[in-house]
Amino acid sequence: MANLISDETIEYVGILAKLELSQEERETAKRDMGRMLDYIDKLNELDTSGVEPMSHVFSLNNVFREDVVTNGDQRSSILKNAPEQKEGAFKVPKTVE
Amino acid sequence: MSISEMTALELGRRIRSGDVTVLEAVQEALDQIKKKEPDIHAYVTVDEEGALKRAAKVQAMIERGDLKGPLAGVPAAVKDNLCTKDLLTTCGSNILYNFVPTYTAEAVQNLEKAGAVILGKTNMDEFAMGSTTETSAFGVTKNPWNTDHVPGGSSGGSCAAVAAGECFYALGSDTGGSIRQPSSFCGVTGIKPTYGTVSRYGLIAYGSSLDQVGPVAKDVSDCAAVLETIASYDKKDSTSIPRKDLDFTGALVDDVKGMKIGIPRDYFGEGLDGQVREAVMRAAGILKDRGAVVEEFDLSLVEYAIPAYYVIASAEASSNLSRFDGVKYGLRAKEYEGLHQMYKKSRSEGFGPEVKRRIMLGSFVLSSGYYDAYYLKALRTKALIKQAFDKAFADYDVILGPAAPTTAPKLGESLKDPLKMYLGDIYTVSVNLAGLPAMTVPCGQDQAGLPIGLQLIGDCFQEKKIIRAAYTFEQTFTRREER
Repeated sequence: MANLISDETIEYVGILAKLELSQEERETAKRDMGRMLDYIDKLNELDTSGVEPMSHVFSLNNVFREDVVTNGDQRSSILKNAPEQKEGAFKVPKTVE
Repeated sequence: MSISEMTALELGRRIRSGDVTVLEAVQEALDQIKKKEPDIHAYVTVDEEGALKRAAKVQAMIERGDLKGPLAGVPAAVKDNLCTKDLLTTCGSNILYNFVPTYTAEAVQNLEKAGAVILGKTNMDEFAMGSTTETSAFGVTKNPWNTDHVPGGSSGGSCAAVAAGECFYALGSDTGGSIRQPSSFCGVTGIKPTYGTVSRYGLIAYGSSLDQVGPVAKDVSDCAAVLETIASYDKKDSTSIPRKDLDFTGALVDDVKGMKIGIPRDYFGEGLDGQVREAVMRAAGILKDRGAVVEEFDLSLVEYAIPAYYVIASAEASSNLSRFDGVKYGLRAKEYEGLHQMYKKSRSEGFGPEVKRRIMLGSFVLSSGYYDAYYLKALRTKALIKQAFDKAFADYDVILGPAAPTTAPKLGESLKDPLKMYLGDIYTVSVNLAGLPAMTVPCGQDQAGLPIGLQLIGDCFQEKKIIRAAYTFEQTFTRREER
């Protein structure tokens, strides 16, 4: 396997992806990601020098509109989905001391 | 003919003429669901009460003359990644196990305006990541043709529901083949439209630059009618494209004389099952007999589509799925210390292994130091793949090939080796990278009796050409089978 994924890399990716992995999940992730990257390395066979990266098939233009409210107040129905709420707002653990 | 055997358009005609009431149609679908669901499990949620209430309302609107369209009163199913107001929408994931949207996806709204009755939400691979519907957090869906086999995925629930008569048509979504491959495995017809044709508003995003909503139905005519209904320009989707040629049923013409059809030699190489090859080549022969000019050609770059796709789709997924953090909706871990750990624990408990795998790969290819080597390289490859298709469509009206290299695999076989599962997407992913329309039409069965699907690919905005070719093939093939 050409791509050896280190413990540090998996740790770093876990931080980026905001995932907490068990020891077993880490080992599986190292193996799976290594194999996928080996396979993805196939793209290096292609000469893409001078080719512009294409993020969208059709050229995208910014779509502007007036900032006008078109829907009504949905606070109570939206909050029904909240895991925790308080006084009409989403409740989260304390973030600022 | 029993009601459940009717196509959506046939049922719509009978409802309009007063032969069948909407309530009878809905009741028939619900009876089929009760009968088949213990074996198939195509649905995550069946909304019996809502469907019955809606049936009475739609019936009254038809009688008043307020609803005149071809699909008025016809019961349908919707993939569980399309938001439906007041109806549970899980995306096949534990992280959305209790999510009840406050709004309805634009495509579903368009159906409702046309008088559809929504029966429920269909099972899918978690966040549409998978090719078997086995990664769903809510159990496995089975193939109605043989319940030892998968229905394909990710729109496996929608395709199985149509195949089992548990609805008259369904909506699916297609990011890398998620409508076309399960349609092939379940012997139904499905279209992935040109990117931007159907609004993505209310579709829970996987790979935003690739995702499209599309119909799954019993035949080509139903598919064209449903696509005509759901396609619309939508200001709420910034990639929506205004089009004036949305009268897709106008392309239901039983004639392909002079149409130029290209068969990519590279789609018929190693890995393609012999019986699938035979059925697809026979289908090409039928179109040739009907007057199409059929030629083989080299498309090129086919083997680079899958690696490019998995880089781009995973990168977009890692960004799109960052919204699932246990704050505003969905699952929040029970025990945690502080905000940061709440995010991490909620996501780790909520996402399944395949979703985590893709989020991690996506985070990696976007991280500094790897972004150019992987992400930009994949976007450059995408540009080359698009060029290869442009070149092909300068010569051909339609590209013809298989939808998948095999028929439906057995349950439990695919997830053991993710990379092998990804390779099954070889004929479908490049279509999403290039934004093209493509459809699957049943073209036979293998010796085990499992369906085989023919894939027809068109140039951007050329749905009508593939619908015409598909309709001509279907009509000729059906006549031959009946003889």
